[in-house]
Amino acid sequence: MDSKTKLTPVLSANWDEKDSFTIAGYKRNGGYKAVTKALAMAPDEVIQMIKDSGLRGRGGAGFPTGSKWGFIPQGDNKEHYLVVNADESEPGTCKDTPLLLANPHVLIEGIIIGSYAIRANHAFIYLRGEIVHVYRRVQQAIEDAYKAGLLGKNIGGKGFDLELTLHAGAGAYICGEETALLDSLEGFRGQPRLRPPFPAIAGLYAKPTVVNNVESIASVPAIINNGVEWFQAMGTEKSKGFTLYSLSGHVNNPGQFEAPLGITLRELLELAGGVRTGHKLKFWTPGGSSTPMFTDEHLDTPLDYEGVSAAGSMLGTKALQIFDETTCVVRASLRWSEFYKHESCGKCTPCREGTWWLVQMLHDLEDGKGTEADLTKLLDLCDNIAGRSFCALADGAVAPIMSSLKYFREEYLEHQRNGGCPFDPIASTIFKTVGA
Amino acid sequence: MTPEQALLETQAPVEMITVVIDGFEVTVPKGTLVIRAAEKLGIQIPRFCDHPLLEPAGACRQCLVDIEINGRAFPKPQASCTIPVENNMIVKTQLTSPVAEKAQAGIMEFLLINHPLDCPVCDKGGECPLQNQAMSTGRPESRYEGVKRTFEKPIAISSQVLLDRERCVLCARCTRFSEQIAGDPFITLIDRGALQQVGIYENDPFESYYSGNTVQICPVGALTGTSYRFRARPFDLVSIDSACEHCASGCAMRTDIRRGKTLRRLAGDDSSVNEEWNCDKGRWAFKYLTSRERVTTPMIRGADGELHEASWPEAFAFAAAGLKGKRAGVLVGGRATVEDAYGYSKFARVALGTNDIDFRARPHSDEETSFLSSIALGLTTSYKDIDKADQVVLLGFEPEEESPIVFLRIYKQVRKRALAVISDAPFASRGSVKLSAKLVTEISEISGLTAKSVILVGERLSEKTGALSSAVALAEKTGAKLAWIPRRAGERGAITSGAISTLLPGGRPVSDASARVDLAAAWSVDSLPSNPGRATSEILLALSVKNLDAVVIGGVDPLDISNNALSQLLNSFVVSLEITHSAVTAVADVVLPVAAVIEKSGSFQDWQGSARAFDKAIADSLSRSDVRILSMLADEMGTPINLPTVAATAREISALGKWDGSAVKFESATSVKDSATGDKLNLTSWRLLLDLGTLQDGEANLAGTARTASAHISNSRALKLGVKVGELISISSDFGSLELPVEISEMSDNEIWVPRNSIGSQVIASLGFVSGQVTVVKA
Amino acid sequence: MEFTVEQVKIMDSIIARYPRSRSAVMPLLHYVQSIDGYITPRGIEKISKKLEISTAEVTAVSTFYTQYRSEPAGEYHVGVCINTLCAVMGGDAIYDSLTDHLGIENHETTKDGKVSIERIECNAACDFAPVVMVNWEFYDNQTPQSVKDLVDAARAGNPPAPTRGPNTLRTWKQNSEVLAGLSDGLANEGVSAGEPTLLGLKIAKGEK
Repeated sequence: MDSKTKLTPVLSANWDEKDSFTIAGYKRNGGYKAVTKALAMAPDEVIQMIKDSGLRGRGGAGFPTGSKWGFIPQGDNKEHYLVVNADESEPGTCKDTPLLLANPHVLIEGIIIGSYAIRANHAFIYLRGEIVHVYRRVQQAIEDAYKAGLLGKNIGGKGFDLELTLHAGAGAYICGEETALLDSLEGFRGQPRLRPPFPAIAGLYAKPTVVNNVESIASVPAIINNGVEWFQAMGTEKSKGFTLYSLSGHVNNPGQFEAPLGITLRELLELAGGVRTGHKLKFWTPGGSSTPMFTDEHLDTPLDYEGVSAAGSMLGTKALQIFDETTCVVRASLRWSEFYKHESCGKCTPCREGTWWLVQMLHDLEDGKGTEADLTKLLDLCDNIAGRSFCALADGAVAPIMSSLKYFREEYLEHQRNGGCPFDPIASTIFKTVGA
Repeated sequence: MTPEQALLETQAPVEMITVVIDGFEVTVPKGTLVIRAAEKLGIQIPRFCDHPLLEPAGACRQCLVDIEINGRAFPKPQASCTIPVENNMIVKTQLTSPVAEKAQAGIMEFLLINHPLDCPVCDKGGECPLQNQAMSTGRPESRYEGVKRTFEKPIAISSQVLLDRERCVLCARCTRFSEQIAGDPFITLIDRGALQQVGIYENDPFESYYSGNTVQICPVGALTGTSYRFRARPFDLVSIDSACEHCASGCAMRTDIRRGKTLRRLAGDDSSVNEEWNCDKGRWAFKYLTSRERVTTPMIRGADGELHEASWPEAFAFAAAGLKGKRAGVLVGGRATVEDAYGYSKFARVALGTNDIDFRARPHSDEETSFLSSIALGLTTSYKDIDKADQVVLLGFEPEEESPIVFLRIYKQVRKRALAVISDAPFASRGSVKLSAKLVTEISEISGLTAKSVILVGERLSEKTGALSSAVALAEKTGAKLAWIPRRAGERGAITSGAISTLLPGGRPVSDASARVDLAAAWSVDSLPSNPGRATSEILLALSVKNLDAVVIGGVDPLDISNNALSQLLNSFVVSLEITHSAVTAVADVVLPVAAVIEKSGSFQDWQGSARAFDKAIADSLSRSDVRILSMLADEMGTPINLPTVAATAREISALGKWDGSAVKFESATSVKDSATGDKLNLTSWRLLLDLGTLQDGEANLAGTARTASAHISNSRALKLGVKVGELISISSDFGSLELPVEISEMSDNEIWVPRNSIGSQVIASLGFVSGQVTVVKA
Repeated sequence: MEFTVEQVKIMDSIIARYPRSRSAVMPLLHYVQSIDGYITPRGIEKISKKLEISTAEVTAVSTFYTQYRSEPAGEYHVGVCINTLCAVMGGDAIYDSLTDHLGIENHETTKDGKVSIERIECNAACDFAPVVMVNWEFYDNQTPQSVKDLVDAARAGNPPAPTRGPNTLRTWKQNSEVLAGLSDGLANEGVSAGEPTLLGLKIAKGEK
């Protein structure tokens, strides 16, 4: 089958319209019909439908969205909250940001439906703070939705009330971790909380709370509109539906590709015009820097939750960062390590001290000062960090190091033999032909 | 509260869970954390952030262990400080699991890569959990080859606490204590990642009354006390269990001595009283012991009008001559131990033949005398009642200022279950704000109390006529539990010891002939005086008009009583038993030096009525307890009281027992409406925890964290006066005036509040009273 | 100096958005930056009073998040992405040439107060690498020369428009106000999506 015919633009279907981000543009393309449909259903029916669809979290972990909703205790006389995690910060990940820029209303529609289902009367969008224009778009969309009677009191005359608050983060990757996000939203440092209690029992303000990724919630209106069977017809056995794949790096045409789960990198590369002309694929991340890297061995790995996992990595955010042979893997790992060091919240010892140490070791290795024994030590440090930390950030931090050592151990040693990095950094830039 | 304590408190059956740790079974209450279940087996899992009285953090990751439940193993090691036990749980610690052992060694290595090797100069060296656990759990040699992280060191986060950030392991015990236990989140974690550090907001120092606890629970040498820094090595110290003399909370203490000198005091561990905490006054106010003003030898006033050093026999002879056959009274302050107060009581009755004795070196009333000799004597309300209370009422009582551990106990319940607190204070003090206290102006406004409610009455309630009676009536009407919480450590014990005109020791009413006979027999004397005795102010008045000739006075600061108390002493023969030179020794005819708490044994009765016994911390001290001095003086007078030692006194008190005959009846008083009229304002005051109290002498670092005195008025009063926050106002009475900067609080326009005994605000000296009508103008 | 009555009213309106006032600490900090240019002591003290939390607690938050600055930002705050992908694609070269060009280092501001620079982490625009953010607006597919031109134009008071953003670049303080939730009415300016965002869609529609 031709890769092109595999593409399934659903979320992205109207992004090419000049006013796709306005309520008029959204409605013109059928927007907010799912709200009417959902509000006519019982909340539990909505939850069941999302459960049946097999929709899984698109933020990285892949937890079934409907089940998450189903965990909220009902009839408990407590406020419930829906919180959308729009703190997109995982290196390589760039799907929610363009989605919200081009069509914030699909998220709002999903929020209304989700809140109705879990009986929440207040929802929040926690948006990363470093994308001001996205903030404007989402804020305007919320204002317009209020004006249209889609938010506020008695939505659609169905007696359902919903307030929606937009909240800007301020630069902290860790707030993508759902309990850190909740602490941040409550006005604290964004450091992860102990679990249990899980957010479904004691989340925002210690009340039952669902935290969902932007893309997960934005996928809900289409499921309501088109039905479970339509959704299930896409994807693979355990990974149903469509999703956004983001290709970046050394490809001729980087960009967003909305396709059923299970598409392969080989197919996506074909759509992206292939690896940079004259170069070949060296390594890539399936779902952001926290997912162990792959090489050209994995071109045909189905990019669904199970397929990527079976190959030793994670689907993550489907952020496919492509690096060709001009890229030094030691430099890449160092930069990612610096990122994790910069973003470590500081709460737990292995992450705080471990990432700090890893960066120093990788610096030495890049400078050709490392020995083979250092590689053993580096791996041992990774072993002392992974699975020892409070949250998964540190697991992500060691992923690039451990996986790069698995595939490119010789390249690390080559730095020592060479007395420094053997790569020309200009060769990997996009403007190497344009001139620096 | 630990699950074990919960079990004790509720008496309800608690589900028990059996787990296997390192092959040994242990059965613990449901909810017990794995790390604590292991402790029960004597298995010590290394830890830093874990503290049994703080909420689990799981931050340091030092306590990682392998766990499986129902045969299913966790894929990675778990922090045993955050996981409660479950049935069919099998735990393998570092002792049996190589994975746990390596995980712990890995964490220890990470903690040490940035930790300085300054143990030889670190105060914590020798008693340092990091040092100890690095030995037990760490690698023999570091694999770290880089440069350690450094910070400017140390920084003073207050005048009494120093922070060495490079030593910090970021366990967050200190910040969690400040937030969860003290309600003073003035130190927090700041910055993040590898630069995360403990810190303050630059313009607001860590001025919590409980800051010293963070020094004590710091598992490394990151937080140190300014006064103790570089003063001693732990292994050179001798630690003695002690009790705190600063208030009636009743803290267990530990006093650390090196070669006869007190180097530091720490909170002792008593789960029923202070748990493991104390206040900064209790911790750091002990320099008065070594004050230059210390009275070191007996002194006699000579013909030249000056005090001269004398031998003990000379001094006793001189004092006995001045007292024998004279009309004399006894004044004893709130620092007296139970044994000392008993000594004063017996001395008054046997040696002086009088009931003119009072322990109240402060404003007092007949209504209070009646209350103390009847109701207060038998009160049994306790900390446990606060733990279980549905409401707590504070009357004439600011717990954070006047009994800080009572405050912590109430705050614990406020935080845990939003315990309702009601206060009759004129404005919401910082303590009241933390307790979310609802303020009332009259006791009659209080409603909804039940038998589970607790009414905590402070000594200041007696300053308002009829208020004590209203409190008693409220308790009787609702069944609420009543407690009387004096400010000073010795007051409750002074009542039971009979250091009051109406009562003999053991609660025997002076007015009851059978009680007198009973006691006379026990004391082997013919009879005891039956005439009603005088209270403090009456004794002073009698001295000034020569109705009394002499007074034996110990631990009294005249300015705590009234502005003319000192001058009232001038015409009489004054025998002063004192630790340091004072206003009283300056006018005394004989000065007899006595021991401070650290130098003697004895006991206090805390506000609950529980005995808080302590031993001599400085074993070879030459100073003697008041009771021993009194006993020798009585011998000299030929009217022995036979109390040669504290231990003998304690035995006598115990043998004497409590009076089981009829008790004194409380005579209530009707309240007098005393509201200001016209341009006058009602002034009220109380003492701040850290103020000019003499037992805080000599400790500048502690004094540096005292709150600055200011006068609280309402916003509209400030507008009327034309003053803004921080500007000075002048407050005057018929007696005198004082000037203070203004603080605006939500309060009645007719009210003004000032601290009672702080720098710039000594109310009795300046205004002549502790509460009353004043004229206020912009200064 | 006190905040104006008008500013305090806005603070109150920010607090009113949340079920619990403490949640307003982050937007209030953004708002303080929109007025003072960074997190000032007066800002911390005001927020502490308004939210009834300690100044230390406000400091704890303000120092945790990298967008809150302890020193004034330039009127144009230039963030160069140096996370792996952008660095490799040219971010490192851009950053090096920019520091040479301006004569300032990471977290510093030019003497005229116009431009400050920061090495930033991934900004969720990897398909537009190398990415530069100015006042947290997207400048996609940059080169060392384009960024030098950008800062020169900005210092001359004439910065180019963001690639995906409003028609004119707003100042750092103005954008901080947006993040505090105060609308500047510019949401409808700019494109729906950049070309890479639309690539899959256009291929699916047979347009590419």
